[in-house]
Amino acid sequence: MYDPTVARLTYRALLGRRRAAILFVLPVLLVAIAVAVRAFAGADDGVASGVLGGFAIATMVPLIGVIAGTGAIGPEIDDGSIVYLLAKPVRRPTIIFTKLIVAVAVTMLFSALPTFVAGLILNGNGGQIAVAYTIAALVASIAYSALFLLLGTVSRHAVVFGLVYALVWEALFGSLVPGARTLSVQQWSLSVAEKVAGEGQVTSDVGLPLATALLIGVTVVATWYAGQKLRALKLAGEE
Amino acid sequence: MTTIEIDHTSRWFGNVVAVNDVSMTVGPGVTGLLGPNGAGKSTLINMMAGFLAPSTGEVTLDGTRIWRNEAVYKSIGIVPEREGMYDFLTGREFVVANAELHGLGEAAAHKALATVEMQYAQDRKISTYSKGMRQRVKMASALVHDPSVLLLDEPFNGMDPRQRMQLMELLRRMGAEGRTVLFSSHILEEVEQLASHIEVIVAGRHAASGDFRKIRRLMTDRPHRYLVRSSDDRALAAALIADPSTAGIEVDVAEGALRIQAVDFGRFTTLLPRVARENGIRLLTVSPSDESLESVFSYLVAA
Repeated sequence: MYDPTVARLTYRALLGRRRAAILFVLPVLLVAIAVAVRAFAGADDGVASGVLGGFAIATMVPLIGVIAGTGAIGPEIDDGSIVYLLAKPVRRPTIIFTKLIVAVAVTMLFSALPTFVAGLILNGNGGQIAVAYTIAALVASIAYSALFLLLGTVSRHAVVFGLVYALVWEALFGSLVPGARTLSVQQWSLSVAEKVAGEGQVTSDVGLPLATALLIGVTVVATWYAGQKLRALKLAGEE
Repeated sequence: MTTIEIDHTSRWFGNVVAVNDVSMTVGPGVTGLLGPNGAGKSTLINMMAGFLAPSTGEVTLDGTRIWRNEAVYKSIGIVPEREGMYDFLTGREFVVANAELHGLGEAAAHKALATVEMQYAQDRKISTYSKGMRQRVKMASALVHDPSVLLLDEPFNGMDPRQRMQLMELLRRMGAEGRTVLFSSHILEEVEQLASHIEVIVAGRHAASGDFRKIRRLMTDRPHRYLVRSSDDRALAAALIADPSTAGIEVDVAEGALRIQAVDFGRFTTLLPRVARENGIRLLTVSPSDESLESVFSYLVAA
């Protein structure tokens, strides 16, 4: 199910391209905000929760998920280099699964790790806040990567759709329409974080059983469907 | 022996029919797929390569369906026309990755790089390669598993004459070894130099198939049209029409020129300057008015 050559090509493509700069910018920004907030406001659980929930989980994790998830396959489909993977006796689901592993690893590295560091800076993991949000970031990394990898496989405008989902659906609709929050990776991951953190530190609109089921369901279905789409990927449509 | 069979295959994109009820068999040796730009050659190659599903009909490799069948890539090597090819890798890393995806090691990659004579630049990034070098590395990636079928989409595009000769020599060798080599081109001379067997595609239809010389004769024996301006158009017309190589002449008053239809291309091309000289007529313009490949192909389709 895992092909080390596909993995190598994927992570080199992801970390070598210009778009990778954003992967570094957002975590640096988060840590900088954490340092500034700590310096001006001191250690405060509520503020720490606000920064990690409002910026790290709501903005940074989905954005990095979009970059890593769509970037793991989208550019190869766009420039046609995917043909060198497809013209091989390698099972298509293996290609997708391997790319998912790489996208998840990159998203976790660039979102969960800085979330933990920022949490430590903000309040030294008081009330388990740093750990809780880090777990939320880890869990969200998996679902976002699967979702955006699927988008990258089926659409040439994956980044746009990914951003619309992450910023418009989750951030805007999520804050205006309570029902939209049920269908939000962010809320599902916060539901997991809620269990870890101290009483009242993290809140989610979705119960843990439903959130877990949806996280697993979305990841599995998106990965399976991406594998099916890759099996039938049509490389020529120009003529 | 490996054979690709295309059986009553069509492919359309929305309302556009790119390939229209084509049947052909591609066997060992070098086959040229010839046709003007946009004729459907790439679509056909993509169906043979398993990158595109036929809308109707079937494309098979030794009786096995190619579409959605990863196992066929054990026997097929593909050189795509598009340039995207992991530019951030070196040539060696690229070919090694291709070998690994076939379950092979570095030795296979080195052998393929040696075959295309690219060892000298193998440690340079692909992004620094010239068009010809990229083409050769693509070839190496296609040859790495020693395939019995090689499909190349417009492999000579953008290559300089020396690189073209090298690649032709390589393909000739592959064909002589008994591999099934199919390459597409819109340039008659390329196909003429390399393939003894050609398949002609025009506007998605299979226009001709078989020995190149026969098809070439069909193409060159067709009536040729010329636009000629001279110091005395009517005297020239009178002298030319007396020869059987000329089928018809029209005096185009508006253009101030003669429109000549020649039936014997070879004879007419020597006749025209001779007649002009003998009659003391100066030729001001001699331009073939239907020399484009498209018109050659259209004639072939109509024939």
